[in-house]
Amino acid sequence: MSGPTVILIPACNEAERIGPVLDGIREHAPGAVTVVVDDGSRDGTAWVARERGAVVLSHPFNLGYGAALQTGYHYARRRGADRLVQLDADGQHDPASIPDLLAALDAGADLVLGSRFLRPEDTPRTSMLRRSASRMFAWIVTWWTHVEVTDPTSGFQALGSRALELLVLDMFPDDYPDADMLITAARAGLKLDEVPARMHERVGGVSMHRGSRAAYYMFKMLLNLALLPVRRPSPFRGGRAVAAERATQRGQTARAG
Amino acid sequence: MMLAALASSLEGLFADDGLRPRQKVAAIIFSVTLLVVVVELVRRRKLREEYSVLWIVTAIGLLLLAWQYRLLTVFQQLFGIVEPQFALFFGALLFLVLIALQFSVRLSKLTYRNKFLTQRVALLHQEIEELRSRIEPDSASDPREEEP
Repeated sequence: MSGPTVILIPACNEAERIGPVLDGIREHAPGAVTVVVDDGSRDGTAWVARERGAVVLSHPFNLGYGAALQTGYHYARRRGADRLVQLDADGQHDPASIPDLLAALDAGADLVLGSRFLRPEDTPRTSMLRRSASRMFAWIVTWWTHVEVTDPTSGFQALGSRALELLVLDMFPDDYPDADMLITAARAGLKLDEVPARMHERVGGVSMHRGSRAAYYMFKMLLNLALLPVRRPSPFRGGRAVAAERATQRGQTARAG
Repeated sequence: MMLAALASSLEGLFADDGLRPRQKVAAIIFSVTLLVVVVELVRRRKLREEYSVLWIVTAIGLLLLAWQYRLLTVFQQLFGIVEPQFALFFGALLFLVLIALQFSVRLSKLTYRNKFLTQRVALLHQEIEELRSRIEPDSASDPREEEP
């Protein structure tokens, strides 16, 4: 493992909850670079994060959960990191599970999911609806990738360098990367794995998945899954821009060296 | 004399027409106005040429359909429309759908670019802050303070 390990936390208006999460990360992943992507917060999230020694990347306005993650992926790649763990800023994901995810990465996986359903004691109370939706996506992913997946909507993930390379492409969604991204990753030849991870119920704040947004989310997911086999890369090709930049950086390093 | 000539040429314009004169005149005035406005917007560079294409085609198409009744009949038969008035509306609607679709595609592209640029700004800003704090350790600032 040559590069640093990055712990990535996308955050929007989480100033009151992110502090303990960052403390937990310092305790459980001492050598890692902690990156908080502040996705247009208006409550001083960036300040709290910076106070606790995190690298802060600030979006001037809200772009969405997925876009915030991707900013972090870009950062990790610029830093040459080959291991990244992402968790939510609201304290749902227990930093104590970070070493487990990293261990699975070191064992050869490219993308590791932290699952709340593998151990009964990790499972927080959730609504029937959310649970059955989660089950359905788990079934679809398992059927498609032939990897036993129980918690495809988990935002608690570890990514290796091959996964990072894939996920900075512009097909990565702005809002919620989930089942469809897992399948895309598996189709691209990445090795998926899942380990048990401890999760807590949200304390305060609002869930990302609620009301009409949840309905849109279901629609988007089904549309994406249906289009997956016939999808082309987007016309914008941010991936090409990324590749070009990488080539430039390589050139600069070569000249410097 | 003048009036009589004008009247006869107008009669020619409206001969064996499925559209009532008022409808016809209204449609022609509307499409000509649209054409003039679009061209004027392009002239003032308030509308990019690439977006003006579909608008100009719409205006000219509508003008032709309203003016040349035979064209409208062909159009009617093509889509199995009974009422010529409706055929006119349908023609306009068809183009509007195309225009709306073009805008949605453009918006999607701009959304991609906007996201990419915003991410890039966040990364570059952090890099600048880091470099600056290396040069003068006390100057690291909160980026939110610098918002306009």
